[in-house]
Amino acid sequence: MIYLDNSATTKPFPEVLDSFKQVTEKYYGNPSSIHRFGADAERLLSKARQQAAQLMQVHAEEIVFTSGGTEGNNVAIKGIALAHQNRGKHIITSQIEHPSVFEACRSLEELGFTVTYLPVNTDGVVAALDVKRAITKETILISIMHVNNELGSIQPIQQIGEIAKQYPKLFFHVDNVQGFGKIPQKLENSGIDLCTISGHKIHGLKGTGLLYVKKNTKIFPLFDGGGQEGNYRSGTENVAGAVSLVKAMRLILDKQSREVENLTERTALLIKKLEQINTVIINTPNQRAPHIVNISVPDYKPEVIIHALGEKEIYISTKAACSSKKPDESAVLSACGFNKNISESALRISLNYQTTEKEIELFCQSLTETIQQLSEVMG
Amino acid sequence: MKYDYILMRYGEIALKGRNRKKFIHRLHENVLGKLKEFPAIKIKSDRDRMYILLNGENPEPIITKCKNIFGIQSISLAIKVENDEIQIKQAALHALTEAIGAKTFKITAKRINKKFPIGSQEMNQILGGHLLSNTDGYTVDVHYPDVEINVETREDATYITSNKILGAGGLPVGTAGKTLLLLSGGIDSPVAGYMTMKRGVQLEIIHFHSPPFTNDRAKQKVFDLAEQLTSFGGKIKIHMVPFTNLQQRIYSEIPHGYSMTVMRRVMMKISEAVAKKEKILSLTTGESLGQVASQTMESMNAINDVTNYPILRPLIAMDKEEIITVSQKINTYDISIRPYEDCCTIFVPSSPKTKPRKEKVLQFESAMDFTEDLKNTINQIEVVEITKASKEDDEFSDLL
Repeated sequence: MIYLDNSATTKPFPEVLDSFKQVTEKYYGNPSSIHRFGADAERLLSKARQQAAQLMQVHAEEIVFTSGGTEGNNVAIKGIALAHQNRGKHIITSQIEHPSVFEACRSLEELGFTVTYLPVNTDGVVAALDVKRAITKETILISIMHVNNELGSIQPIQQIGEIAKQYPKLFFHVDNVQGFGKIPQKLENSGIDLCTISGHKIHGLKGTGLLYVKKNTKIFPLFDGGGQEGNYRSGTENVAGAVSLVKAMRLILDKQSREVENLTERTALLIKKLEQINTVIINTPNQRAPHIVNISVPDYKPEVIIHALGEKEIYISTKAACSSKKPDESAVLSACGFNKNISESALRISLNYQTTEKEIELFCQSLTETIQQLSEVMG
Repeated sequence: MKYDYILMRYGEIALKGRNRKKFIHRLHENVLGKLKEFPAIKIKSDRDRMYILLNGENPEPIITKCKNIFGIQSISLAIKVENDEIQIKQAALHALTEAIGAKTFKITAKRINKKFPIGSQEMNQILGGHLLSNTDGYTVDVHYPDVEINVETREDATYITSNKILGAGGLPVGTAGKTLLLLSGGIDSPVAGYMTMKRGVQLEIIHFHSPPFTNDRAKQKVFDLAEQLTSFGGKIKIHMVPFTNLQQRIYSEIPHGYSMTVMRRVMMKISEAVAKKEKILSLTTGESLGQVASQTMESMNAINDVTNYPILRPLIAMDKEEIITVSQKINTYDISIRPYEDCCTIFVPSSPKTKPRKEKVLQFESAMDFTEDLKNTINQIEVVEITKASKEDDEFSDLL
């Protein structure tokens, strides 16, 4: 099997699974129970929180464990909007956000909020200046992703952070689900108030994630209950999930520091090989994340190519898995100004640190063959 | 070219006379102990500064650790080059371009090695000129520069450093003997511990607990506070005193207005006994004058009466707000405010005497014989050693 759909989800690291299993077996106490067994679980959870904080160079109390990216984005966006609506009801985001950001904003529009969806250039990048221009007295939140999940384009988070700093009344949320473990992202003194991370995109487990919430940031909790996670997110803590997430974070950051050049090179190799196939068009910009390549094979239905490759146990995807259920074209690509022909035939190939050159070669070969076969059938 | 050294300047040690060597040696040991996890580095101590050769290690985490070591006044990243004009120029240029966000600079050259042909003033001009002609957008500002580049030409080499990072100051822990800190779990006592450590004192901790009235989490809180304090000095021994029995007796046999005073006196007696046994020469408390009933002049007089040992009270003249500020700085505040009962908050009479009279205290105490219970309690003291990573943490760190 050649798995090249790592932006959809990743295979858990064996160490991560191990931790999860051990914690589930040994520390299944409820951290809120007052007996010693509960206290053990609480201590383990707080160690996990400390380590997560250390890895992100923030404070332990700024870490809120969640069930993943969608929850993190919803808690951040709706939480800020609901808590600070008396200051204003305007939100700025982009046209290429993940559905969990985009749809959260849509829902808020129904509640009377105004949302500016900023356009992107042909490289799939928001202009920091556009963000600045969009800010009004009413603006309470900017939510921009770090790495786009379909194209791999990188947003100017640092510059937007600098802009956000000049407006102490608004909050800046970054969806870093695709960027974490691939591109360093400093949080301290960055102007970022909230940052979403998901476990299963970094070889952790589904149902795990965290949201960074800068100290003294008030958010309206979406889940009320026992007041866990600093009141931001009630519900019995998933200690094993949190521990496994932190383990995955540690491992992926280690890989990032030692292997990211290799990954970048392999992706470059992939692009080079794809360029040699006549019918393939590369959509991913030059300035890109080290692991995502987006291409189009115009005139061929992407589903057909996916299924044909699938028969050879090669797995890639069309647009983001989360929005694959919607027909027609990729919203991200059309926002970048790609024509319909391109954005309807987009394919995404996403690598991980273990992807080998050999796998890349085999994939390119199979893709060439597949296109060849299809053209004969359709020809 | 990149930063290959961390340079640390001593604080008060530099003022020491004949025993300076001892202080430097202690500091060297403390730094070594703190940086065990970086095996590649080399540490060299001089008369007035210490150098850490990085050997490729990332300087950031090392500096973070060193910022908590007492005896260090300031820390800088340094480039070591030969006493050679061209190399010095390159290094100075690197130091400037590496300084994030800097727009203005100043060169401060110092020639300690007088054999080196270029004098300090001349070096300032040469380097200033070199930097200005090889960069864009920087200007010189000798009064309020964004970055000050220090160039020190010493016997062995020239060290180029830029911004100074403030160290923890004080004296190396271990150069001023040991004290026994009475730690309750509140906000004040850890701060008192920190402040004595700052003057070079090594800590042992005594904690009174009353299970089942106080629980495991309260105990854990004490361990966590101690662990936090270890970041300012090596390991810390904790003497856990099982206090339930004595406390219950005091509560039932002493009139309520005086039970708090008597309890404190008993704590002092036990602390003194532990100090004696451990050859510790003083006790330390987090008392601040007038803060609560036990910290009035009259109370302190009545409580202090049971011991001849010096009781250090580093917080005595501080306001609560000031104490909180320090506890936040040393990261004990968030641990201290965890809401668990400690032995001082249970069995509290509704209105303890703020002005206890000593004769009365003695009179009440005489009606009650503690000797046996005191002896038993002291025998049952449990000793726990806290280091940065204790055994249980190892188990957790495998999971993480």
